[in-house]
Amino acid sequence: MTSPTNKPTERKDEKLIMDAGDISRAMMRIAHEIVERNKGVKNLTLVGIRTGGVYLAHRLVKRIQSIEGVQVPIGELDITLYRDDLALRKDQPILRKTSVPFDMTNKVVVLVDDVLFTGRTIRAAMDSLMDLGRPEEIQLAVLVDRGHRQLPIKANYIGKNLPTSRDEQVQVLLEEDGEDDRVVILKA
Amino acid sequence: MSLKRKDLLSLASLSADEITLILETADSFKEVTGREIKKVPALRGKTVVNLFFEPSTRTRTSFELAAKRLSADVINFAPSSSSVVKGETLLDTARNIEAMQADIIVLRHSSAGAAETLANGVKSSVINAGDGWHEHPTQALLDLYTIRQRGMSFKGLRVAIVGDVSHSRVARSNIYALVKLGAEVRLVGPPTMMPCGVEKLGPKVYHHMDEGLRDVNVIMMLRLQLERQGRALFPTIREYSRLYGLTADRVRLADTGVIVMHPGPINRGVEIAPEVADSLSSVILDQVANGVAVRMGILYLMSGANS
Repeated sequence: MTSPTNKPTERKDEKLIMDAGDISRAMMRIAHEIVERNKGVKNLTLVGIRTGGVYLAHRLVKRIQSIEGVQVPIGELDITLYRDDLALRKDQPILRKTSVPFDMTNKVVVLVDDVLFTGRTIRAAMDSLMDLGRPEEIQLAVLVDRGHRQLPIKANYIGKNLPTSRDEQVQVLLEEDGEDDRVVILKA
Repeated sequence: MSLKRKDLLSLASLSADEITLILETADSFKEVTGREIKKVPALRGKTVVNLFFEPSTRTRTSFELAAKRLSADVINFAPSSSSVVKGETLLDTARNIEAMQADIIVLRHSSAGAAETLANGVKSSVINAGDGWHEHPTQALLDLYTIRQRGMSFKGLRVAIVGDVSHSRVARSNIYALVKLGAEVRLVGPPTMMPCGVEKLGPKVYHHMDEGLRDVNVIMMLRLQLERQGRALFPTIREYSRLYGLTADRVRLADTGVIVMHPGPINRGVEIAPEVADSLSSVILDQVANGVAVRMGILYLMSGANS
C-alpha cells in the first residue's frame, strides 16, 4: 500500500487510465445525470455492490446532496450468495454483510459498481435486490465499462468506456482502501 | 482466510482463526434470516442428507432449515425406517447415500468417532452433529456466536460450564473452542461427572457451585443426560438439583451482566430453575435462533466444489 502523499502519475506495472481528477469529474457528471434522469431525488435510492461499488455509492450520495440538498438512502449489497460460479469454486469467498435499511417498494434503485465487465455480477445483484423487495425500477451506474458482456446488460450511467482485451486486468483503486484514487490496467 | 476442509468433525481440530471465520460468516447469514424472504440461492442443486442415528428434533430441524434457506435439497434419513435395522453398517449406509450424490452428510451418532470414520470413507463432506460423548461442534459454534452477539470478547472471558461434563459432547466442544479463543473456562459439577484429567485441556474444576460461579460472565448449563449415564452418579435428582441447580440466588453470584445458556432441552426445576430459564439474562432461545444462521454459515463454507 502506498501513502496518500505519494502521487506518481504512472507506476511501473500499471497503465493509468483515470487519475483522481478524472474520477472526481466522472462522479460529478454521473450524479448530475442521475438527478436529471429521475427528475430530482424523490423515490431515489442508491445501492453499492461490495466493495468498490459501496465506496462509489457513498461518494455519489454526497455529490447528489451537494446538488439537491437531500441525502438519499443508501444500501450495501454482497452478491456472493447469488454468484453463478459458487458451485464450481473450491474455496468459498468470504461473505460480507448485506444491508439495505430501507423499503425499496416503489423506489428507484440505482445499483453502483466500479467495473462493468461480463455483467454476471449485475445479474446476481438484481436477483439479490428482488429477494429483498420490489423496487419500481433498477438503474445501473458504473465508473468503468470495459466491454465483453456475457449477458444482455447495459449501464445507464458510465464514467468511462474503456476498450480492453478480455484477459487484461482493470483495477479501480480508491482512497477508502488506502490507495490513491485511480483506474489502471495491470501490465502482464 | 478460508476453510480448507472437506469435513467439520470437531473443534479440537480447528484453529482460532477458522472458528472466527465461521462466526463471521454466520453473521452474514443472520442478516439473511432476518429478511422477509429468508432464502438465498447459494446451495442450489446441492443435496444435504441429515443422517441421524439418535433422536434429535432441535439439531435436525435446525440443519434442515439452514439447508433449505440456502436452497439445497434436504433428505432426512431416519435409521428406524431404513436398512440399518436390517444389519447394514454405517459406512455402507453412507456409501449408498453418497451414490445418490449427496454433497454434504450431517451425521448424528451414538458412538464417538463415527463422524471421522464416515469422513474417511466417503467423498461427500461430513458435518458432525454430535458423536457419542465426543464432540458437538455446531452446538458449540452457536454458543460462541451467541456470546459474541452480546458484545462479549473471548479474551479473558470467564465461562462456567455446569453439570455432567463427562457425558457432554457440547461441553467438550465448548472447552476446546473457548480455551483456543483465550477464555477462562471453569467446569462445575460433582467429581463423578468430571472426566479424568480434564484440567490438561485448560479449564479449572470446581465442585462447589457457588465458588465456580463467582464473577463469571457466562453460565453454560448442561442437561442431566440420564439416558447416557450407565450407573448412578449421584444419590437423587433432588440432591443434585440442590447442589448444582441454577437458582436466581446463584445467578447473583456471577457478574451483573451474566448470560445464562443451555443447549436444550431444559429440565425445568432440575438443572435450572424456571425463573432463571425465563429471566432476562437467559439467552436460551437466542441460541436456537442463532443455530440456523451458524449452520447456514457452516454449510456454505463446506459447500465448495470437492476435488
